Amino acid sequence: MQGNTASAEGAIAAGCRFFGGYPITPSTEVAEAMARRMPKIGGVFVQMEDEIASIAAVIGASWTGKKAMTSTSGPGFSLMLENIGFALMTETPLVIVNVQRGGPSTGQPTMSAQGDMLQCRFGSHGDMAVIALAPDSVQEMYDLTVKAFNLAERFRCPAFLMADEIIGHMRERIELPDHVDVVDRRPLESGHLPYEAGEDGVPGFPVFGTGHRVHVTGLTHDERGYPVTTDPVLHEALVRRLVGKVENARREIADYRVTNPDAEVVFVCYGSPARAVQQVVADHPDLGLGILRLRLVWPFPEHALAEFPNARVFLVPEQNLGQVAREVERHVLVPVVSVPKLGGELHTPAELLRAIEEARSR
Amino acid sequence: MRRELRLSGFGGQGIMLAAVIVGRAAVMYDGMYAVQTQVYGPEARGGASMAAVVFDDEPILYPKVSDPDILVIMSQEGFEKYGANARADALMLLDRGLVHSRPSCRYYEIPATEDARGILGKVIVANIVMLGALVASTGVVSREAIERAVLDQVPKGTEDLNLRALRQGYTRGEEARE
Repeated sequence: MQGNTASAEGAIAAGCRFFGGYPITPSTEVAEAMARRMPKIGGVFVQMEDEIASIAAVIGASWTGKKAMTSTSGPGFSLMLENIGFALMTETPLVIVNVQRGGPSTGQPTMSAQGDMLQCRFGSHGDMAVIALAPDSVQEMYDLTVKAFNLAERFRCPAFLMADEIIGHMRERIELPDHVDVVDRRPLESGHLPYEAGEDGVPGFPVFGTGHRVHVTGLTHDERGYPVTTDPVLHEALVRRLVGKVENARREIADYRVTNPDAEVVFVCYGSPARAVQQVVADHPDLGLGILRLRLVWPFPEHALAEFPNARVFLVPEQNLGQVAREVERHVLVPVVSVPKLGGELHTPAELLRAIEEARSR
Repeated sequence: MRRELRLSGFGGQGIMLAAVIVGRAAVMYDGMYAVQTQVYGPEARGGASMAAVVFDDEPILYPKVSDPDILVIMSQEGFEKYGANARADALMLLDRGLVHSRPSCRYYEIPATEDARGILGKVIVANIVMLGALVASTGVVSREAIERAVLDQVPKGTEDLNLRALRQGYTRGEEARE
């Protein structure tokens, strides 16, 4: 199965019944699979006129209680940013699959990149916390799409599947589980206000058409949902809650894989470069290499770096100029070496071996 | 054992489909691991297209093919772009009528397009003839597996034609190996 198709299948398994999107290489096969599958399972597929409309349709569908998704790549993702902020502010659960290609602008449509990792983290304006996952196999295109839905529903926020062209277009073996654990959003209980959050910072969800009268606005709002835009205390409390509900759950939702925790030279990786890293580590057991592979990049699981108490250097291979490397740097005292690869191709094992050699001779 | 296959030809020959079929045969019917990748260039028809498959008995870590040990080349441009620098101990299957150059590595000349046109009457199945020759000469997947995978992937009503193409390829592959 192809990675993009696997993502669509994962979405369906997680309960997604609405897809609104606009085709763009290298993500188009997600939309194609959804167009084929949605009508057969009572779902809705809409090809919108552009990506701004796509994300807007997905937000609307989510408020009707459906699990909803769109898929895109860099240029489309840029167009979605404004409404991503709206979804964050209105606490709308949804999933965006971004199969990353070379940028800036229309860049390299058919080549791989990981250049949108900071865009998804900070791209919309204002303070925010987001959830972003990064698959390194066709299996994870499926598994992590399921997970993205579960996290979006639980925390009432957008969740991003930050794939890359290599994983999206690759075909490989996948095991489709008979059963997947699915999380559904908690409905708003009667007697509670629409934006009255519990201890976890997540309010119950008032599905449109179920008797609740709710005002949904991107303006700063009170617990009723009404705009209150000049009250400093209320604004601060709202933004702190929106950020806190995700950031405070950082440890709990962290998802990473540790290989050789005693290692002195440790790779931190996510997405397709992780495949090259795993090959090098498997081929060179004598080099004492460790791997921290992030399946979830945001919120960044900084505590995971402490799993490598002997680390003398962290190497961070990415298909960008060091977007996550800089995040690693913030959290450790030892050197962090970015191993960037631009141009659309995967790091070769030889390139990683060179990076190891250079890091050791520092 | 890891084996790496690269296929190239011109857009429209079914190079991608051939790669998908042989990968599917390995995974679904031979119980192996396989990863299929391809160059997604803008060349829809006519330009050099390329697809690759990695086969292994164990899970595949590095998914890309850099230095293939088997090459299937179905156009002159494909040869120049993706076949000319094949490593010395590689094996190349080339379409006899469409590729004029010959590599320095071992190679089999397969009249895939000639057979598709002359014997089978449909040039469109040249890629399937090539797959038959590939399987017969390298054993990269079993004959049973490739037949089932071909049947999975081809349009309804063309099953018989495609199976005949595959078997014509077996014959050519066996001849080439002798």
